[in-house]
Amino acid sequence: MKRTTWFVLSGLLVALFLAGVVSNVASGSPDGLDSASTKGCALDAAGEITGGACMARNAKAHEWEESPFADYGLRGVDNPYLSTALSGVAGVLLTFAVGGGIFWLARGQRTVTTE
Amino acid sequence: MQELALHIQNGVLDAPVSVAYLVLAAIAFAFCVVRGRRDLDDRLAPMAGLVAAFIFAVQMLNFPVLPGVSGHLLGGALAALLVGPWVGALCVSVVLVVQALVFADGGITALGPNIVNMALVGTAAAYALIALLLRVLPRTPTGLAITAFAASVVSVVAASLSFVVQYALGGTTKLATYGLGDIAAAMAGTHTLIGIGEGLIAATTVVTVAKTRPDLVYALRGLRRAQAAKPATTPSVSTAGGVA
Repeated sequence: MKRTTWFVLSGLLVALFLAGVVSNVASGSPDGLDSASTKGCALDAAGEITGGACMARNAKAHEWEESPFADYGLRGVDNPYLSTALSGVAGVLLTFAVGGGIFWLARGQRTVTTE
Repeated sequence: MQELALHIQNGVLDAPVSVAYLVLAAIAFAFCVVRGRRDLDDRLAPMAGLVAAFIFAVQMLNFPVLPGVSGHLLGGALAALLVGPWVGALCVSVVLVVQALVFADGGITALGPNIVNMALVGTAAAYALIALLLRVLPRTPTGLAITAFAASVVSVVAASLSFVVQYALGGTTKLATYGLGDIAAAMAGTHTLIGIGEGLIAATTVVTVAKTRPDLVYALRGLRRAQAAKPATTPSVSTAGGVA
């Protein structure tokens, strides 16, 4: 058990490093889905759809586009690197807490049975 | 357009299709919880939390695949290898829910379709191939790496084509010059490249875990148990027969 705790903590550190530091050198280009979504439409310099027929033609903004962590930034933090880093770190910790919590609660009674 | 829209946005799929896929996602999620409980123990539960957190982190790392096009890991193959298909699908689902609710990535109305594509179709396609490859390939780091790589490519392409099906069923814009066939070809093409990138990341990760703590790799655990069971049962059966 103790070895597993150490392993999970080390893995978490790697995830925090990836989300907090490496994320800043990630490509900013649209991903595969996003790029296919605008095929057939005319785009202006800012990437806004100006005409044509494409999958994203009727796309709507996210319900909570004004939320503090929207678009992997942190509202109120002007430095883009720090903003991405903080949202990445928060996301890793939050996902671990939510996921780990659900899985811990959902685990069966296998602990008692010996293998 | 938002700068970072990695998953299906609101308004791309119509309401009936979005709702139908949400219902499908909820049923499948519940089924995965029931089946996953059998796998989850004191060791797998924290490991599954780590897998979810790790997938969240790596999904932030978009890598270029073509000029002006990037991609990121989806995670179905990695999750299936490390924590099994049921818990793995739940890991990816948790990531997608956190992204939609907290990071405004992937519309909330599109959560059902996103979960079905990446968490369910992606993990199921990956696991089907993993189950097959781990039977025929040598149980070495190379065998594991090849499995992770191939499962990732298949998983990502399957997830991307699942979206094309959704768009065919309930896309909100009638496509003209760039039709559904073109979309399917573009999605399959870019996602093959994305799958290759994902495959390299997944293979590196799984081999690293297997070298450090092989007992924490679900795919290997299953094999080891099956292997151990064979020699153990044969003598016990013969003894029982001898006594009788």
